Amino acid sequence: MSANAKIYGLLAQFDTAAGIFEAALQVRDAGYRKWDVFTPFPIHGMDDAMGLKNSKVGYFTFCGGFVGFFTGMTMIWYMNKFDYPLVVGGKPLFTPLYAFPVSYELTILLGAFATLGGMLALNRLPKLYNPLFKSERFKKATDDKFFICIEATDPKFAEARAMLEKAGAAAIELVED
Amino acid sequence: MANAASIPAAAAPKGKQHDPHAAPPKIVAIDPPQEFVREPLVLNGRSLGWLTERIAGVCEGKMPLWWWPAFIVSAGLMTMMFALVAYLISTGVGVWGLNNPAAWAWDITNFVFWIGIGHAGTLISAVLFLLRQKWRTSINRAAEAMTLIAVVCAGIFPVIHTGRVWFALMPGWLIPAPNANYIWPQFRSPLLWDVFAVSTYGTVSLLFWYVGLIPDLATLRDRAKNKVRGFFYGLFALGWTGSNRHWSNYEKAYMIFAGLSTPLVLSVHSIVSFDFAVSNVPGWHTTIFPPYFVAGAIFSGFAMVLTLMVPMRTLFKLQDIITTRHVELMCKVILATGSIVGYAYGMEFFIAWYGGSPYELYAFKNRAFGPYWWAYWTMITCNVISPHLFWFKWCRTNMVFVFFVSIVVNIGMWFERFVIIVTSLHRDYLPASWGYFAPTWVDVFTFVGSFGLFLTLFLLFIRFLPVIAISEVKGVTPQADPHHPLGGAKGGHH
Repeated sequence: MSANAKIYGLLAQFDTAAGIFEAALQVRDAGYRKWDVFTPFPIHGMDDAMGLKNSKVGYFTFCGGFVGFFTGMTMIWYMNKFDYPLVVGGKPLFTPLYAFPVSYELTILLGAFATLGGMLALNRLPKLYNPLFKSERFKKATDDKFFICIEATDPKFAEARAMLEKAGAAAIELVED
Repeated sequence: MANAASIPAAAAPKGKQHDPHAAPPKIVAIDPPQEFVREPLVLNGRSLGWLTERIAGVCEGKMPLWWWPAFIVSAGLMTMMFALVAYLISTGVGVWGLNNPAAWAWDITNFVFWIGIGHAGTLISAVLFLLRQKWRTSINRAAEAMTLIAVVCAGIFPVIHTGRVWFALMPGWLIPAPNANYIWPQFRSPLLWDVFAVSTYGTVSLLFWYVGLIPDLATLRDRAKNKVRGFFYGLFALGWTGSNRHWSNYEKAYMIFAGLSTPLVLSVHSIVSFDFAVSNVPGWHTTIFPPYFVAGAIFSGFAMVLTLMVPMRTLFKLQDIITTRHVELMCKVILATGSIVGYAYGMEFFIAWYGGSPYELYAFKNRAFGPYWWAYWTMITCNVISPHLFWFKWCRTNMVFVFFVSIVVNIGMWFERFVIIVTSLHRDYLPASWGYFAPTWVDVFTFVGSFGLFLTLFLLFIRFLPVIAISEVKGVTPQADPHHPLGGAKGGHH
């Protein structure tokens, strides 16, 4: 097994969207856990084909937006009513009505930052080193080819090559870590 | 193309009489008639590889010859603007023509003009995304870039119009921090709401644009021929692989961004309109302002998108991706929003009369027949009459004509802001304080220079980044659909 220690996984290339879709169904049904599909654009229905659950990005957005709105309201109350009350134009020192537009913008602002941050955190990005980048063929994953990678740590890795061949891979290569 | 695949010779055979034991009639899928078939979004059945090659090729290859003169002229105008801004700051706002009673003039006109143009990008990227308008994919990248650049151009004017710019940038006036006397900014004022609205708008548009760019930066990284390009595109691509586990989170984030940007784009120009509507100047103090400003912003923004896209698709041979249908659809948006703007002009006049305030009525009579009548009628000609030419198919499909009208619309929208701001201010309640505003050469050339800034940044965008969202356009082709014959699906129809 010492020779296998350096192996990252098995990379299989497919040439069409339907090809990768069918292959993903087969890999999922064969019970693989440590695997992924790489496509130049999101393929409709692929999440189900891979058996992925709904993304959790929305929770990040909600927290960011909530913090934004709360920050806006508190900030304005503190500045204009609590710390230095100053009557302007006979208007009330604080009311949520005039504090609303700014709080609304801050809801969106922090919600947006949380969405981007949440998406990157869930994807473990930025990750500038990736063993897959060593494969010359893999450069086509952002162009017009489709790939499945089954990682060496998957318990069923031994049967992976036969599995991918049966699924109709156009090319299969071993990727080292 | 695919629809022509399997039209059956005849529908289910007709029996002479109803036979209860006969096999049920076969259900046959019949293709829709030719006139109902939608034109494909990418013409000539271009392959995925072709799309990468053509779009990425624009910013990878040498720029065509015209790019350099265009860049030098634009950069020259930009430099002129910065020189004039330096002159303004070192001398004072007296170098501009504004003075009491018109203390806002070209500065705020230019601000509203540029920020309005920015609205089209977010509308295309967010609202059309939520409405599942797939044609947006060909134009959203460049439109979003245009938005960001327009916000940069817009942001300069309110800062420099304060005269002593250091006050605008110092804590206590705009930035929520106490000033030298421990006084905080005054949040009851729409002018401060505007600061938050515009800066949020710029920031969120930038984030949204960047999220959309990540997969395309990865494409450029993987195609990079030299180390420097590979390094920088790779750095900003953050190690994107196209993993479907990533796409899953990415698509969710993208949809949420669209959901956040939609109320944002509606709020920004509403808040800009509050700058006027919350005051009690006749001609400004109207409740129609927020929707009217938003419609006008989208109207002018789409016109600017067309001004940029119509030459761009020809110069870079992108006609198969930005098709005539795309241009037509944008013209229809201009027609729709232009009609709303025309309605708002009429409604303003009606309310001025129906509302019974003599000052309000005078303000509107003065707009149309006062000393600035020429500005008012320029606005009406450009904004109310010209968009209605787009009822005719010839007008929507002739590129030279579309380009011409798009420029006319933006001239009209600049005049709209000028009319709203200057004609309302120059004559308000007290005739003794009436005046007449005329611009100085500094006013004029600062505005002209802002176009230099706009075009310089846009030309740099063309030079370094993919002008069309590569991964998104691929996603709307039939090859991307695993259940479509062109996507490799075996047998069967669709």
